[in-house]
Parts: sequence; structure tokens; C-alpha cells
Amino acid sequence: MMILLPILIPLCTALLIQVLGRIASDNVRDGAHTLMAIVNFYFVLQIVPLVLNGERPEFFIAEMLPGAPIYFQVEPLGMLFALVASGLWIPTSVYAFGYMRGHHEKNQTRFFTCFALAIGFAIGVAFSGNLITLFAFYEALTFSTFPLVTHHQDADAKRSGRIYIGILVSTSVCLLLSGVLSVWYLTGTMDFTLGGIIAGKVDDPFIVSVLLALFAFGTAKAALVPFHKWLPNAMVAPTPVSALLHAVAVVKAGVFTILKVSIYIFGFELLSSVNDWLMAIAAITILFSSCVALTLDNLKARLAYSTISQLAYIVLGAAMANPIAAMGAALHIVMHAVGKITLFFCAGAIFVGAHKKYVSQMDGLGHKMPWTMAAFTLASFSIIGLPPFGGVWSKWYLCLGALEAGQVIYLVTYMLSSLLSIGYLMPIVARAYFRKPSEHDEEHVHEAPWMCVLPLCITAVGSVLLFFFASPIRELLLPIFEGGVQ
Amino acid sequence: MSNIIEHLPVLQIVVPLVAAPTIVLFRNSTLSWILAVLASWFCLFGSITMLNQINGGGEIPTYLIGGWDPHVGIVYQVDIANAFILTLLSGISAVVFVYARTSVRDEIPEAKHHYFYAALLLCFTGLMGMAITGDAFNIFVFLEISSLSGYALIAMGRNPKALTAAYRYLIMGTLGGTFILLGIGFLYMMTGTLNLEELSHAVPHYAETSVVRAAFAFITVGTCIKLALFPLHMWLPNCYTYAPSVVSAFLSATATKVSFYVLLRAMFMLFGAALIAQAKIFLSFVIFLALIGIFMGSLKAIGQDDVKRLLAYSSIAQIGYMVLGLSLDNADGLTGAIIHLFNHALTKGGLFLVMGCFMYRLNSTKIKDLAGIGKKMPLTMLAFTIGGLSLIGVPLTAGFISKWYLAMGALQAGMWWLLVLILLASLLAVVYIFRVLEAAYFGTPEKEHDVEEAPFSLLFPTYVLIGSTIFFGIWTEPMLGAARKSAELFLSSGGAL
Repeated sequence: MMILLPILIPLCTALLIQVLGRIASDNVRDGAHTLMAIVNFYFVLQIVPLVLNGERPEFFIAEMLPGAPIYFQVEPLGMLFALVASGLWIPTSVYAFGYMRGHHEKNQTRFFTCFALAIGFAIGVAFSGNLITLFAFYEALTFSTFPLVTHHQDADAKRSGRIYIGILVSTSVCLLLSGVLSVWYLTGTMDFTLGGIIAGKVDDPFIVSVLLALFAFGTAKAALVPFHKWLPNAMVAPTPVSALLHAVAVVKAGVFTILKVSIYIFGFELLSSVNDWLMAIAAITILFSSCVALTLDNLKARLAYSTISQLAYIVLGAAMANPIAAMGAALHIVMHAVGKITLFFCAGAIFVGAHKKYVSQMDGLGHKMPWTMAAFTLASFSIIGLPPFGGVWSKWYLCLGALEAGQVIYLVTYMLSSLLSIGYLMPIVARAYFRKPSEHDEEHVHEAPWMCVLPLCITAVGSVLLFFFASPIRELLLPIFEGGVQ
Repeated sequence: MSNIIEHLPVLQIVVPLVAAPTIVLFRNSTLSWILAVLASWFCLFGSITMLNQINGGGEIPTYLIGGWDPHVGIVYQVDIANAFILTLLSGISAVVFVYARTSVRDEIPEAKHHYFYAALLLCFTGLMGMAITGDAFNIFVFLEISSLSGYALIAMGRNPKALTAAYRYLIMGTLGGTFILLGIGFLYMMTGTLNLEELSHAVPHYAETSVVRAAFAFITVGTCIKLALFPLHMWLPNCYTYAPSVVSAFLSATATKVSFYVLLRAMFMLFGAALIAQAKIFLSFVIFLALIGIFMGSLKAIGQDDVKRLLAYSSIAQIGYMVLGLSLDNADGLTGAIIHLFNHALTKGGLFLVMGCFMYRLNSTKIKDLAGIGKKMPLTMLAFTIGGLSLIGVPLTAGFISKWYLAMGALQAGMWWLLVLILLASLLAVVYIFRVLEAAYFGTPEKEHDVEEAPFSLLFPTYVLIGSTIFFGIWTEPMLGAARKSAELFLSSGGAL
């Protein structure tokens, strides 16, 4: 029952917001939102000791299909993802409070309702005990975020909404669902099992490759080329959505699915026999989107392409099919989430405080918005992977994993990509600090409201703290890899 | 209690059949409504009792009407398959009849109310009768009862086009009915019995004769007309579009479903393996028709301006899915067809009830008139959204379960390409549902209309049906179990196809 709470609380929060939106003031409604986020995180934390003790708490909902129930089971990887999603929900709820007010957005009740729903479904993905449950919540996540992407309800939002639903639904229905169906048909089970369930039942490497392709491309939330277009388009959403959902919950649900499937459905042994092309696609995605990010002037779009490339880090880590790389991939889910959410928060704060969207307008911002730009700088370092920031650990493991797999070329890819990320992030920092603000900016630009600034400072500090406190996360994950990580 | 159970089969027919003329005598709108609702609730109670009895391993004794020997008299025989259909029929009616009160007062002149309810009950009786009877000629009688009252119901629509729609349905429906009668006549000619049980034993002996083959052809084509399988679907869109809202909801959820049930029973229990084994090419042909139906229906639905018509074309596509499951030649496919029959009835019935809410407030179901309605009628639109998701087949809704089984059926049959087509077709459903959603949530109304949320008396029954699509998408066990057992019953009775 306890593991059901982190899923139910956000869903109830959605209901509560609907009720409060009608009868209470906006402040009460949003206060309740933040409060529920804290309560939810508390209950997620309650589960951690159990998982650390080696327990796998589970909860059975209903026998949806014979032998394929709706069923939750918490294992280390899902625990980690739930911690990330529920933990970052708290700063985002405060941030959204400030942002939506500072920006005079309409339909705030609907916004917060869908927001809470999306968190609930993301945690549902994290706790899924079998493929069909995961698929169900994956789809629910898509539909619940649609109203958020199209929040402004103008022509732009409508177009992006079509791309969003079009890509995510058509890939998940045509590819991912085929994959789930085929696994069920070929193996007769859908339970996540360490070491995989396909090995021994399907021998033909061609069929295994096809299955892998169905999962890798069907999970378009992981934004592998060529199904990445939805992500930059989703940036029409208000910034809190981009921050939590399109840097954390939604995209991480995608890479989480790929990582989980590669560990629990395929298993490393089988995966390592068919992974060549997937590693290549992931590497291409990393380099391609980093290069695109270099060319973009719109800050949110640049961050979106940076997200695509960072997601591909995780997919590449999963595809290398060894414990060290997978550990790096799992760590990167956390490290990138904390770093990228900070960057998006900053982009939103700049928009609220300075009404600027483009990198080329950001001269001298560091003098007018010191807190925001300081946080931006710290988070950029973490994304690039410099010590002492959290990002260094995941990159370290990913690179070691590439060596372990004997794939020096992908080690080079990671290195090259780090250079490229310096190329697309540092110019923003340099502009902000080393150039003078224009006269107009001198008068009109100021820090965003404290409710926007405080959360981004907290997450920026978080990315530093993660450098020093990465080992508990590593310990949490270790059982999956059966001591394969030194 | 056991006494009542013994008589339940016949009471399922007698109660609504007696209630209908009584209503006409009362000539009072409210009283008629109360009687209709009570009759449908009684039937629901009866059907659920019988379904539970059978699900629990029990049996319902065959009911001999008037105590006549089965060879000459009429029997009512309830097994898992028709207990399932009876529950669906009476369940849908129990909800739709409650809804009817408010909607009928708005759409139909007061003086005709009692005729309306009487016709509705007769139609209901006919459909229940087709499901429960164990006599071939009796099927035809009930078919005609339900069809004739159905024509009258459709003709009561406000739009003058309802008359031509009903007339067209009358012509097509009569053709279908006559075909079925001819088929039954041929069978009687060969075997000398009308009892379905006896027929199923006798027919295989004559499987080689051209008379039985002709009977097979007539019955199949006749039911396919009533079922609206492509290319015999032409009557359907106008009927659903111009009929009163209650009638659209009722017929879309029941009439085609019962015809499908009759087709199943005829194919598997009457003709069975003996005949169809010779006709593999026939099955391939049916798959082909079903696929065209699915794609044509979905594509046509995308192009419609009126949401009721859009839903009607979507029905043609969904009927394609059911027939596809039937022709797949395996247990999963047949289970998929039967569970889809149930799930689609809930979904489509619910969606047409939503249309009734729009009709009540806006007097229109055109997409352009629905522009921006999401703000004015949020609850109604939410119901449409949920129903639409079930129609698409999103997991955790009923629609997903049926798609899953149909897809598994395709895999079992070794047809990978069919799996791809099924999944592609459900993307078309995404397109036509989102067209409506976009208009409702993003559109700006041409003129600021002053409408409010639909009244509770409409919303409540709507949400009962719409809510059930979620309920039966998660807690699938009772209905899925019944569908699987029905599929096994069908497959075992005639041997595999």
C-alpha cells in the first residue's frame, strides 16, 4: 500500500487543485500544491530504506489481462527515478507559483491540475512492475502533458501540440506497443526480471534486433534521432513545464524505459550481441544535437537540443550493455535532471525578469541578475561535467563503461560532446559577465520574483552537493549490477 | 429463488413486451418513462443474475414456451455467450432509458412521448429476444420487431432528413431480414427443424448440398447488412446522425452488436467447421472486407463536419475490428471480437450520450458549433475526451483490452502485417478524435453563445457509461472472463474453423 501513495498523492492533488481552484484563492491553491509536493516526497523517502535493505515492495491493482496485471514493484532504478521526479517537484511547484503569477498566465488551475497528474503518472512509470503497466503509464503521461504543452491555446501551441501528440503517440502505438505485444507473444511474460526474459526464448539475432529497435525508437520520449522533433517543439509550453517535464519527468521516463528494458527485459548478455547499431544511433544523436544547439539563438531551444544530446548519453550508456556504463546512465538521470532543471529555471527567470528569449540579447545580465546567472553558471559546469559538480560522476562511469565495452570511439564521442557543450553553454555565461548591459537594460532588467530565484539557487547548490554525496545513489543502484561495478 | 431463476429467461422478454403496450394505454410521458426504466432495470437484474449463475459454473434450465416439445415449440436457452449479450443490452438500456427523460422532452413533441417509449421498449424486447431465443424462426420474428420499432424511432428525429434515413434503413433492413428468413427457410427445408440445437447437429450432414450453402450465404449476407459491414453499411451514417440522441446512443450500442452476435452464432454453431472449412477463401475475403471497413470508416470519419456522423463512420470501422477478430480463426481473435463488442458498446453509447448533451444545449453537433465549448461545458467535454481515448484504445481504458486481443489474435494467426495495420488504424482514430478536441479546446466560437453545462440528469447517465469504459479497462476480469468462455464455447461447438 505504501508504494501506492507516491502515485495516488499527486492524482489526489490534481483533484484538490480543481476543488480549491473553484472555492479558494489562488494562493491557497498553489500553497496546497507545494505542500502536497513536500508530503509526496516524504512518502517517497519512506520507501528508500526498504529498497536499500534489499526488499522489493510491491502492490497488485488488478488482473487487466490474464497473466499481465496492473502491478507495481519498486526496484532501485525505479526508486531513483521516483526520487528525482518527486524531489524536483517541490522546487518546481514554488517556481511555477512565481512564474505563473509573474507572467499573468491564464487557466492556472488547469495548469496545476495537469502538472500534478503528470507527476503521478511519471512515478507510475517508475514503479511499474511489468511492461504493460509501464506502457499504460507512459501513455497516460503523454496525454496528461498535452494540455500543458498547448497551454497558451494559440496557433503556435496548436501546431506544437499536434507534433507532440503525433510523434509520441504514433511511435508508442506503432512501435512500442508492437514491442510489448511481441515480447508477450514470444516469451509469455512481461515481468521485469534481472538478466532479462528474452534470452533463451528468442535466439535469432535478427528478431532480437527488431525488438530492440521497436523499444528504442518506440520510446520517443527518449528523443533519439529521428524522433526528437517533439522536444524542441514542446518548448512553447510555460517554462515550469519545460523545466520539470521536458528536462526531467517526461524525457527521463523515456530514457528510464530504455534503461529498464535493457536491464530487465533484454539483459546485458543478449543486448551486447545486437547493440552495435543502437550505440551508433545514440552517438549520432549526441553529436548532431550538440551541433544544432551551437547554432540556436533561442535559449530554450538551445537547452532543448542540449537535452536531446544528454538523453542520448543515457541511451548510449544503456546500449553498451555493461554494468559500469549502465551505472553511469542511471547516475546521469539524476545529475542531468538537477543540472538541466536549473538551466531551464534560469531561462524562465530571465524571461520573467528581463523579457529576453535570445542568447544574443543577454549581454551583461550577470550584473543585473546576479543570482540567476550564478546558478546558470554552476549548472552549466555540471552539465559539461567538471568537478566539483554532480555531472562529473556520471560522465566518469559512462567513459569507463565505454572502455569496458572496448568502444574507444564512444569514449571519444563523450569527450567531444563535452567540448561541444562548453561551446553552447559558456558563451551565454561569458556574455552575461563580460559584456556591458545596454542602457535600456540598465533600467528595466531586474531579478525575477524571489519565488523564481530561490528554487533555481537550491537546485544549483544541489548539483554541487551531488558531487559529494553521489555514493548513496551508487549504493542504492549497486544490487542491480551484482557487484559488477568496482 | 430457484423458481424465479427458472423463469428468468422468459421474463426477460415478457416484462418489456407487456410494458410496451401498457405505456401506450397510459398516454402519459412521466409514467411511460418510469415504466420503461423499471422494465430495463428488471431485465438488467435478471441478466446479471443469470450471468453470475453461469459464471459460477451453474446452468440455466432451458425454458420451453408453453411446455411444448423443443422439436415443435420455442425454447429460450441461456448460455454464457448470450447471458453476456443480455447483460450488455439491458445494462446499456438501463442507463440510456434514465437519460431519455430530459433528452426526449427536449427533442420530441410531448404528444408522442408514450409512442416513443413504447417503440423504444419494443426495440429493446426484439434485441433481447434475438439474443435469448433458441429457435431460428423466432430470431427472425424478434429481428423484425426490433427493426420495425427501430425505423419508427429513427424517423422521430427532428431533422426532416431523419425520414429519408429511416426509409433507407427500412429498405436495407427489410432486405437483410428477408435474406435471413430465406436462409432459415432453406435450412428448415433440408432438416425439418427450427430448433438451433437440433439444427447444429443436423446441418453438418447436409453441408455438401447447395441448399445449405445457399442458406449460409443468405444468412451471412443478411446479418452483415444489419451489422453494417462494409460494403453494406450505407444505411448507417444517416440513421445515427439524424435519429434522436437517445436513439442514436441506444442503437449504436445495441443493434449492430446483436446482429454481430447472431452472425457469430450462425457461423460457429449452425454451420460450424463442416461448412467453413471448405471456405478458407471466404475467411480471407471477410478479413479483406473488415480491413477496408476499418480504413474506409476511419478515413471517412476524419473528413466529417458533424460529430454524430463522425462517430457513425467510426462505428463502421469498429465493426470492421469485430469482424476481423471473428475471421482470424483463433481463440484470442474471437475473444477480442466479443470483448470489443462489449467495450465498443459502452464507449460508443457513452459518446452518443455526450452528443445528446450538446444537442440539448446547442441544438447542434457540428464541429464548428462546438468551437470553444471546452470552456462552457467542461464536464461534458471531459466525458467526450475519456470516451475518445477509449475509442483510440489508450491503455487503462476498455478500448485497449479489445485492441490487445485483436492484435494478439493477429500474431497467433501468424499475420504480422495485420498487427501493423491494426495499430496504424488506431492512429486514424487519434486523428478524428483530436480534430474534435482541438475544436472544442482551441477553437474560438463564431458568435459568443451563452450556454451552460449540461443538466445533471443528462450528465449522470453519461458518466456512468463513460466511467465504465475506465472501470472495464482496469478491472477486466468479469467481462473478459465471460468473453473468453463465450469464444471457447463457439470454437468448441463447431470445432475450429
